[in-house]
Amino acid sequence: MTVDTGVPSGRERAERETGLRVRGRGRGLRVRGRGVRGRPLLYTSYAADQAIWNTPAKRGWTLALVGAVLVLPFFLSRDLTSLVTTVFIFAIGGIGLNLVTGYAGQVSLGHAFFMGLGAYTAAVFGGAGSDQVIGWGLDMAIWLPMAGVVPALVGLVVAPLAVRVRGLYLAVLTLGLVFIGEHVFKEARSITGGAGVGRAPAEPVLFGMDLRERYHLFGYILSREAVYYFVCFAIFVVLAIAARNLTRSKPGRAFAAVRDRDVAASMMGISLRRTKTLAFTVSSFYAGVSGALLVMVIGRVTPTNWNLFLSIDLLAVILIGGIATISGSILGAAFVVLMPRIVSELADVVPFISTSPSGGFLSVFQLQTMLFGALIVLFLVLEPRGLYGLWVRVRNYWKAWPFSY
Amino acid sequence: MLAVNNLDVVYEDVILVLKNVTLEVPAGAIVALLGANGAGKTTLLRAVTGLLDVHRGAVTRGSVTLDGQPLHHLDAPRTVAAGIGQVMEGRRIFTDLTVDENLRIGGHAADRATVAAGLDRAYSLFPVLADRRQQPAGYLSGGEQQMLAIGRALMSQPAYLLLDEPSLGLAPRLVQHIKELIVEINRQGTAILLVEQNASMALSIASHGYVLETGKVVMDGAAAELLANDDIREFYLGLSEERDLSFRDVKHYRRRKRWLS
Repeated sequence: MTVDTGVPSGRERAERETGLRVRGRGRGLRVRGRGVRGRPLLYTSYAADQAIWNTPAKRGWTLALVGAVLVLPFFLSRDLTSLVTTVFIFAIGGIGLNLVTGYAGQVSLGHAFFMGLGAYTAAVFGGAGSDQVIGWGLDMAIWLPMAGVVPALVGLVVAPLAVRVRGLYLAVLTLGLVFIGEHVFKEARSITGGAGVGRAPAEPVLFGMDLRERYHLFGYILSREAVYYFVCFAIFVVLAIAARNLTRSKPGRAFAAVRDRDVAASMMGISLRRTKTLAFTVSSFYAGVSGALLVMVIGRVTPTNWNLFLSIDLLAVILIGGIATISGSILGAAFVVLMPRIVSELADVVPFISTSPSGGFLSVFQLQTMLFGALIVLFLVLEPRGLYGLWVRVRNYWKAWPFSY
Repeated sequence: MLAVNNLDVVYEDVILVLKNVTLEVPAGAIVALLGANGAGKTTLLRAVTGLLDVHRGAVTRGSVTLDGQPLHHLDAPRTVAAGIGQVMEGRRIFTDLTVDENLRIGGHAADRATVAAGLDRAYSLFPVLADRRQQPAGYLSGGEQQMLAIGRALMSQPAYLLLDEPSLGLAPRLVQHIKELIVEINRQGTAILLVEQNASMALSIASHGYVLETGKVVMDGAAAELLANDDIREFYLGLSEERDLSFRDVKHYRRRKRWLS
C-alpha cells in the first residue's frame, strides 16, 4: 500500500529526469536500528558499530544457540555432558590467552602454569585439609574468584618481563615459566599433593549448596555433570561478555595499538608497561579460573598435568579458532576438546584405526596427535584467521550475494 | 616555547649523532628543520618525545625544555601528556583497525569530551576520512594515511606538533594539500616543528628554519632569508645559475660549503 504524500518519491523523480521507467523494487538504503531488514548495513555511530549484537541475525542466532545449550544436557549422556562442560572451560582459558596473545600481541606459552596455579589456589581455599595437604574448605563463591585473583597477581609480577622482552624471546621466557611451575608444583607437597599423588580438588559447594548432589528441575533430575555444566556455562558467559566488552573499549584499543605498532602506540600516550601488564593480569585471571573449573570437572590431577602440552592445547584453541576474536576462541575450544572424541568414535567405523594403543595400523591416540598437528599447520597456511575466518568468508559471501563483492 | 638547548645524543653509547644542537619553537609558530638523510633530524624528534630509549639512544648533554620544564627525562606517554604530539616518519597507522579506532587511540589519554571534539575536528579537517571512518585504515591511500596519522596525533590536542617528513612518498598535488593542512592546523593554534627533505615546501610555510648537517645546526634564520640564501638554494632547493649539474659538479660544490671550511 502506498500513501500519496504529495512529495515525489525517489523513483518518480528519477523517472521524470531520465524519461525511463524504473523497474523492480529497489532495496534502497536503510539505516540501522529501524528494525527493517535489508542491505547495506549502515551504522550511524561508533557505538552502534561496536555493539556486541549489532545485527538482528546475530541476536537471533545467539538466542537460539543459548537456548540449545540450555536444553542440551537433558539429551546428552553424562560423559558427553562433561565433555561439553570442558569446552566451556577451555573456552574461558582460550579467551584469556586470546586477550594477551591475540589482542595484545604478547605470545604466551606459560598459560598451563597459570591454570595450574588457579587449580591449586582453589584446592587450598576450597579443598578439604588433611595432615598431608593444606585445605581451608571455603565456599566456591570464595575459592573461584581467588583462583583467578592469585594467578592474576603472579601475572602482575611476570608482566614487567614482557615489557622488556618481545616476540620469540617472550615465548621462550613464558615457556620457562611452565617448567619452573611444574617443578614447584611437584615439590610443594603440602599444596599440590606431590608428584604422582596429586590431591582432591576444591569442594564444589556454591552458596552452601553441594553441587555434587542431585537437584530437581521442572520434573527432571539433574545429574552432577549437568549441574557442573550449567555452573560452568554461566561463568563462561559472564567471562566471555566481560572479555568482549574489554576488547571493544579503550583498553582493548590500546591492546591492538600495542600489538600493531608499539612505538607509535606509546607516541599516542599509551603506556606500554601498563597495557601489557593489564593484558597479562586479566589473561592470568581467566587461565586461573579455567584451571580451577577443569579440576572440578575431571577430578584429581597430578602436578605433571600442568605441562607444556596443555599450553600448546590452549594455543591451538586460539590458532584454530581465530586470533583476536572471542567467538573464535569458543569455536576453537569446541574443536580442540571435541576432536579427539570424534576421532575415537571413528575408530569403530573406520577399519584401519584401532582403539588399542599398540595394535593395528594406526591407533586412535596416534591419529589424534597427527590430526591435531596437521590441522594447526593447515590453518596457519590456509586460513590464519581460523574457524572464525571460515565463518567470515561464508558470511561475506552471503552478504554480497548474488554479487561476488 | 619548546626549546632544545645544547643537546648531545649518543646511540649505543658510541655513536655521537647530535652535537650541541640548539633549536627553538615559539608557541604558535611553524619552524622548519631541514637536512639530508642521516643528518639527525629524526633523532632530534626522538629526543624531544622520549623515544630514544627504544632505539638505544641517550641524551648525554644539554636539555629539552617545554616552557622551561625539562622534557628529555620523560617517556613518550608523559611527553604526550605534557602537550607534544608527533607524526612519525612513514605514518605508522594501525592498519588492522578502522579509521575511527585509529583516531580514538590517538585520544587515548584524553577524556570523552576531548575525544568527541577531536573526532569532529579531525573529520572536518580531513573530510576524506569522514567518508571512510569504518574502513580498515590499511585500505586507505598513502595520502589518506598521512592525513590519518596527522589527525591521530592531533587527537590529544597537543600545543606542539612534530611532523616527520609529512610529504614522504606523496604526489606533488598531495604535498600541496598537506601543506595547506599544516597551515590550517597552525592557524587553529598548534605550533609545528616541520622536519622535511622538501625544503622549498617547508620554508614556504615556516617562519623560521634550521639546517642540520651531520648532527650540527650549521645555519638558521628566518625562512625568507634561508630561501634567498645562495647555499640553501644550491644544496637544498637544487637551484643555481647553471641548470644542469652533473653529480661530479655537485660533489665539487659540496666541498665549497662555507660553513665546513
